Amino acid sequence: MSWSGVFSQLLEIVVALLLAPLLTGWANVWRAWLQNKSAPSLLLQYRTLRKLFHKESVVAEHASQLFRATPYIVFGCMIMASAIIPTLSTDLPLSPAADAIALVGLFAFARVFISLAAMDIGTAFGSLGARREMLIGFLAEPALLMVLFSASLITQSTSLTSIVETLAHREIVIYPSLAFAGIAFTMVALAENARIPVDNPSTHLELTMIHEALILEYSGRHLALMEWAASLKLFAYSCIGLTLFFPWGIAEVGSPEEMLLALPMLVFKLAIGGATMALIETASAKMRIFRVSEFLATAFMLAVIGMLVHLLLGS
Amino acid sequence: MLAGLLHLDWLLLLCGAWLVVGALGIVALRRFGFVSHVLFPLGGLVCLGVFLVALSAIFDSPETAVLPLGLPGLPFHLRLDALSALFIAVIGSVGAGVSIFAAGYFRKGEGTPPGLLCFQYHLFLTSMVLVVLADDAYAFMVMWETMALSSFFLVTSNHRIAAIRRAGYLYLLIAHIGAIAILLCFGVLQANTGDYTFDNMRGQHLSSFWSSAAFLLAVFGFGAKAGVLPLHIWLPEAHPAAPSPVSALMSGVMLKTAIYGLLRVSFDLLQMQLWWWGVILLTLGLCTALFGVMFSAVQTDMKRLLAYSSIENIGLLLVGMGLGVLFHAYRMDALAALALTACLYHVASHAFFKSLLFLGTGSVLHATGERNLGRLGGLMRYMPWVAWVTLIGVLASAGLPPFGGFVSEWLLLQSFLFTPGLPDPFLNMLIPVVAAAVALVAALAGFAMVKFFGVIFLGQPREAKLAQAHDAGSLERIGLLWLVAGCLVLGLFPVQVIEPIGRVTALLVGQNLADTVRANGWFLLAPMSVERASYAPLVFLVVGAASFYLAVIIVRLLYRGQLRRAVPWDCGYPAGNARMQDTAEGFGQPIRRMFDPFFRMNIKHPSPFDEKPVYSVSVDDHFWHWIYLPIAATTEAVAKLVGRLQQGRISVYLLYSFVTLIAMLVLVRL
Repeated sequence: MSWSGVFSQLLEIVVALLLAPLLTGWANVWRAWLQNKSAPSLLLQYRTLRKLFHKESVVAEHASQLFRATPYIVFGCMIMASAIIPTLSTDLPLSPAADAIALVGLFAFARVFISLAAMDIGTAFGSLGARREMLIGFLAEPALLMVLFSASLITQSTSLTSIVETLAHREIVIYPSLAFAGIAFTMVALAENARIPVDNPSTHLELTMIHEALILEYSGRHLALMEWAASLKLFAYSCIGLTLFFPWGIAEVGSPEEMLLALPMLVFKLAIGGATMALIETASAKMRIFRVSEFLATAFMLAVIGMLVHLLLGS
Repeated sequence: MLAGLLHLDWLLLLCGAWLVVGALGIVALRRFGFVSHVLFPLGGLVCLGVFLVALSAIFDSPETAVLPLGLPGLPFHLRLDALSALFIAVIGSVGAGVSIFAAGYFRKGEGTPPGLLCFQYHLFLTSMVLVVLADDAYAFMVMWETMALSSFFLVTSNHRIAAIRRAGYLYLLIAHIGAIAILLCFGVLQANTGDYTFDNMRGQHLSSFWSSAAFLLAVFGFGAKAGVLPLHIWLPEAHPAAPSPVSALMSGVMLKTAIYGLLRVSFDLLQMQLWWWGVILLTLGLCTALFGVMFSAVQTDMKRLLAYSSIENIGLLLVGMGLGVLFHAYRMDALAALALTACLYHVASHAFFKSLLFLGTGSVLHATGERNLGRLGGLMRYMPWVAWVTLIGVLASAGLPPFGGFVSEWLLLQSFLFTPGLPDPFLNMLIPVVAAAVALVAALAGFAMVKFFGVIFLGQPREAKLAQAHDAGSLERIGLLWLVAGCLVLGLFPVQVIEPIGRVTALLVGQNLADTVRANGWFLLAPMSVERASYAPLVFLVVGAASFYLAVIIVRLLYRGQLRRAVPWDCGYPAGNARMQDTAEGFGQPIRRMFDPFFRMNIKHPSPFDEKPVYSVSVDDHFWHWIYLPIAATTEAVAKLVGRLQQGRISVYLLYSFVTLIAMLVLVRL
């Protein structure tokens, strides 16, 4: 473990914490533009967080400790996820501690807790949201795992830093298997981050909401943590996509000076990614909840096909 | 004198101690306090001894003994090697927790008198250990039957209820169908030598036809005990019927003896392995796992839910074993060792978390008298202790880091990723599909577990009487804590746990994963090399805790307000009540809908004009209607046909004798 490694590790966490609300804000701005609305401020997410942190937290009178601990657990999971994913540098001391499978496990951990907390109050909406979240989760999780496996089969490793290092030095521009995996990943990322066509982040229409139903009982600092965690999750997913499919510009072991370039590169890639996501959201319509399972099953199939394509073509 | 004893002698002494404890139970048949507060904890201590002896035996060379028991000229042969020692260690360690829990669990006036129950319980433990120790077919079958019978009596300990008697009967029936297949398997293995010791079987070189026959018989016979599709039907009946500590032992430990038997036959007794055996195991395991997890997600009885989850886990074990067979058949022994390590790791972690969950349901059952998820809810407020402990089991069962279930799933998925080395392109294509299905099973298990925990412990109580629920007593808590500790050790110290497991894989396929793993550091699990894959649960936990505290610090820095308790937001509808929460049926509804063809559903919708509308849904198993009911109907028809011969008049029977005599005479003349 080197000092530059520790530094890049800490820098990643700080960058994730600071940039995550900006990415969400950026996507919202683009969405408004594409839909011919006047855009909210780019910094709206920060203001919302600040406002929520200064508000009183109201907790249901029979809420258990689990309910109060969950925002911290979920937020912690997302911090950890953004620490594991090599966004700026592959010189990460934490990388051997958790590989791609552990990353998926980490997301599952957060999902289980957020669902349990939603069930804790015992209102109809909370348990409805928990059920739907787990429904999406059990289809999206294996799909994400298969996407990561497609990359693992190419690079012969499940360690995220090894994957990035190998993929960044590849000769072929795009692997056919990764093309399938890329489509599957986009679908999974949309579903996991409560985006159209699976969920609508800007609605509180009772019968369609998923993410909002889960966090309905949270207020004040707890809600702030949950919202921040949601931004971090979007950030983490975007970074997984970037590291798998556009792994250029990430600093490697022994060259910490590349980090100077890595940060603007990351911001640039995320800016394009956020705008693309807004475009997809604008171009598609929200589906019924039972179409979601078909949507995610398609993603799952595509990811498996990606693996098979790799084995068939041997590349 | 004691210093000269071998591990095997110690184990036999401890088994003797169990029997003594059991016999004392018979003596003090109805002295409830003595049985529960003295005998069960004593049995638990013996379990602990068994665990320690077995653990040290794993690292020693095999030991054999011949017991002067059994028929004249047919003594019991025993052998303690790494494989049996590992399974005995699992039996002992899980048994210790369950016994201590049982000390506080059994109550007065429920079916079988406590002393008899104590006897059956300890006989059950003894027979499990001896099954694993047996080194000839005779001892094995005797102990296997003792195990089946003692567990049958334990399952039916509440024998005044007809449904429990029926469940017990079904269990006994399937167990015996399986036992016949195992007996036939040993018959094939001894290859007409008439010598039924395992030593002789190891020396036989069977043709590939007879090897396959033995293997398939073993899969059938042990599969019946383990609950492999389609012989799983006894599990969801027997587990809810049995008292919780018994369910915990049966699900956590007894099912594993079947896995032991299958490993023993296919890796030790049989000298050759064919690649398609692996494919059979993979397919069976996958079907079992998918089936089990789908059904567990739609159950409405908490113990049935766990029973189906056990079926799922047995499926995962078979998948690991099948992968091991496949690699071994192609002489890729390092990978076979990896797959078998995953399988054996899961044996241990499933034993711990499933016993923990069953014991948790036991406490809930005691506190509330309810098994039906539709009448539970909100128990976290009344039994916080049991709730938190069960939560650990739930997380481990859902395969989440940093608990035990995750490590075994991680190892299993790793062994899938290494498969492209197989020489057969068809298999290479098949394997990713299996890996995808395993991932799906793991994720669905998370769904089932969230449902299990959420409906029982979270939300508002669905019945008024739940407010009187009491938390577990102190002995129960110790038992639960012991199992929690097991889940944590298995989750956090994989390198140390793989050390004994490596001995077993060295015995089975000649490769020990522990050396590579140890070389990479004591906290870093890297089965091949750090570049390929690594996982460090302790670091994971520490960083996780640090992230949690970072969140707390951020809140402290930014936050200025207060925390206020209020009624939950009712969305402007003040008449909301506990019945409006999602029920177990509701939570399972998406699964029922998505996997509709796999269930045999009976849904009754009320008509809109109904005065008292009733909605009901029941989910049945197709296999009942496809296999078991036709067999039962045929048996009954044949029995009726035979019954026509029975006229109950002496003259008719005389006529039968006469006709038979004539027929015999004619036959002799011919």
